[in-house]
Amino acid sequence: MTELTLGRVTADRDRLLRLLQQYGVYAGVVVLLLANTVFTPHFLSAENFRTQAVQVAPVLIVALGMALAIGSEGVDLSVGSVMALSTSLISLYLGYGPWIAALAAVIGGIVVGCANGALIAFVGVQPIVATLALMVAGRGLALVLLPQLKDVRDPGMAALGSGDVLGVPYLVLIAAALALVVAFVVRRTTFGRQLLAIGDSRPAARLAGLPVRRVLIIVYVCSGALAAIAGVLATARLTASDPTSLGTLMELSAITAVVVGGTPLSGGRVRIGGTVAGAVLIQLLTTTLIKHDLPPSWTQIAQAVVIVLAVYAARERGKR
Amino acid sequence: MLSVSGLTKTFPGVRALSGVDFTARAGEVHALIGENGAGKSTLIKVLTGVHRPDEGEVTYDGSPVRFATPLQAQHAGISTIYQEVNLVPLMSVARNLFLGREPRGPLGLIDFRRMHREADAALRELGVRVDVRRPLRELGVGVQQMVALARAVSVDARVVIMDEPTSSLEPREVRTLFRVIRMLRERGIAVIYVSHRLDELYEICDAVTVLRDGRVVHTGRMAELERLRLVALMLGREIGEVQGEGLTKFSGGHDAEAEPVLRAEELTVRHELHGVSLSVRPGEVVGLGGLLGSGRSETAKAIAGALPTDSGRVLVAGVPVRPGSTPAAIRAGISLLPEDRKAEGIVPGLSVRENIALAALPGLSRFGLVDEGRIDRIVDTFMKRLRIKAAGPHQKVGELSGGNQQKVLLARWLAMQPKVLLLDEPTRGIDVGAKAEVQKLIDELADDGLGVLLISSDTEELIEGSDRVVVLKDGVVVEELTGDAVTEDRLMRAIATAPAGTGDPDD
Repeated sequence: MTELTLGRVTADRDRLLRLLQQYGVYAGVVVLLLANTVFTPHFLSAENFRTQAVQVAPVLIVALGMALAIGSEGVDLSVGSVMALSTSLISLYLGYGPWIAALAAVIGGIVVGCANGALIAFVGVQPIVATLALMVAGRGLALVLLPQLKDVRDPGMAALGSGDVLGVPYLVLIAAALALVVAFVVRRTTFGRQLLAIGDSRPAARLAGLPVRRVLIIVYVCSGALAAIAGVLATARLTASDPTSLGTLMELSAITAVVVGGTPLSGGRVRIGGTVAGAVLIQLLTTTLIKHDLPPSWTQIAQAVVIVLAVYAARERGKR
Repeated sequence: MLSVSGLTKTFPGVRALSGVDFTARAGEVHALIGENGAGKSTLIKVLTGVHRPDEGEVTYDGSPVRFATPLQAQHAGISTIYQEVNLVPLMSVARNLFLGREPRGPLGLIDFRRMHREADAALRELGVRVDVRRPLRELGVGVQQMVALARAVSVDARVVIMDEPTSSLEPREVRTLFRVIRMLRERGIAVIYVSHRLDELYEICDAVTVLRDGRVVHTGRMAELERLRLVALMLGREIGEVQGEGLTKFSGGHDAEAEPVLRAEELTVRHELHGVSLSVRPGEVVGLGGLLGSGRSETAKAIAGALPTDSGRVLVAGVPVRPGSTPAAIRAGISLLPEDRKAEGIVPGLSVRENIALAALPGLSRFGLVDEGRIDRIVDTFMKRLRIKAAGPHQKVGELSGGNQQKVLLARWLAMQPKVLLLDEPTRGIDVGAKAEVQKLIDELADDGLGVLLISSDTEELIEGSDRVVVLKDGVVVEELTGDAVTEDRLMRAIATAPAGTGDPDD
């Protein structure tokens, strides 16, 4: 009798874990929203929501590219350095106008992405090693281009950083639009399907005649370009270029958002909705703890707990 | 010794086992057979503690048990040798043999000298001579299987479960395996033997249990069950039908005068192939014969651009194909069904639908956007035509039985409308029913004008299925059998009388 109950409990636990992995991140967001509504003063204000959304936008944009890299059974550690490179390039090219400067920054991201992709697809270096190399090199290059913090005084940039449409900041609109585009690419394009197949079983994808190298290069180019866009937006918001600190630990925040959002590190699946929710969850968690006057170190511990939970749910499911 | 009664196990959407009774007795070899998806693997997994039953009882040594983990089952004396060898490829043979129970020296460190000596002795007993210090992955699959067996035997198992142990063994190794099984039987060990090879079952097994659709349809003495009756039970058909249809019969009409659709000229790959030439005409099934390691798979891979060649060329309908490029070969109309279905064929996490559409995707898209409607139609057509059994097009391929996975792969290639199909062991490890279906399909495809190159370790299938057989030995074409010469006897003689040295066990 006890054994039977035990069996049922296990089945229930499996189901619970599956639900946790698929919808846990959304539930987490809802719980934090509700809890803050009740316990945090002034939480339910348009101003607060705007602040939160603006803060999460760059992380989210970087996480979108990270989701693609992780879906292809890889990872991109160079995203933070790409942001730094991006901000340096903006300062260098601002003389030609904000558009040219932003374009230069994105091209910088694409170049780094190409280097990552070429190392991974043609040389056969493991993604974690290849992008680690570019992470170090990218930050170094950013500091060579712009050795110290520099103010960005440009009306166009300032408008990008703090302007809005009907109360919704540009930053948030851009992040949302990019999320929709990436979700569409993953679901509806040949590239998206091929990416998932390559992430799930590379030998099979190769024998099925898929353009494995091309797909991998596009993945890292997308990741680099998205990180560069995040760098442009962060620069616009801060109205300053700070290649020393911009984007530090960004790769970890992005990986966290992706993993917490239910994309398995083993590749073959990409969950964009989950990634968005993952980024929002981490942001809310941070805010909650800060607003209740807990030291920042608590935020890190809380993040760690969420990551462990997410990975635990994914692992249990992977065993089935 | 080990028995179950009233066993029921349900997975989401599928009832894998319902009310199964099964008893393995000490000193008896018990055959467990059934088509793919009949529930054999699930039953084994319940017996070994991988799955827990929803209903029913497992009795071991007279008392009810419930193994929570495979480890518990192992400690209780139930050893399993799975289809895919589950050992650590980078560790040495000896370490694998003694994994988790290494002999210790005075300081609690591993006593390597003793371990190597004992490992060597254990393998010698099974008739295997290898350097036990070598990493396991450097050895052939056959030897790996023997190591797994040696490990199972040496842990003082009382029940040994073997899941298709001979599927990657050479005849000589099968003899060794059977000798070991008889030895186990004499020691009073209960052996549960899963296989699709009927000859082996009748040779080695005492009792038999036939499963179909998760139920036991027959259980009794092996010798008292007629072959034809056994096949009929597995397939769930009447005997008359089975007899009429035959088990491994393709026939093929083709035009002997036609221009070859595929021509391989002097293919050479260092250490693997030495100037292999062959041609396939439209509508023709050409068999590629030879022992393991004779270069059959390598030839297919070289033609498909998946193995870089040092020299030689491949022509499709007279036009040379760019060498060393799978996409180029596929564009030219060459499709390869790889030998290792699980690792190189299916994409397990994707659905049946995505797997079928995978290779044809660029053709089913406009401006990089996937045309879902067209994919649905193609997937629907092939799922019906090939009779793919799945809960639906959105079920993950990894959850299907081997035969259905193979059909999904065939569908993937047929959706490309190829000119040449290279089939490397298309029916290995799939059940008799699906096997007959796949063979019939190959026949139909050849009738439609496809050129087929068939590789099979099942000589009967090779001989009956092929119009011509090209015999390879050590990477060289030694003979080509045509017309009346396509017989098992001639094939054996071609292999035996070839001048080259003995075959390498690695494939």
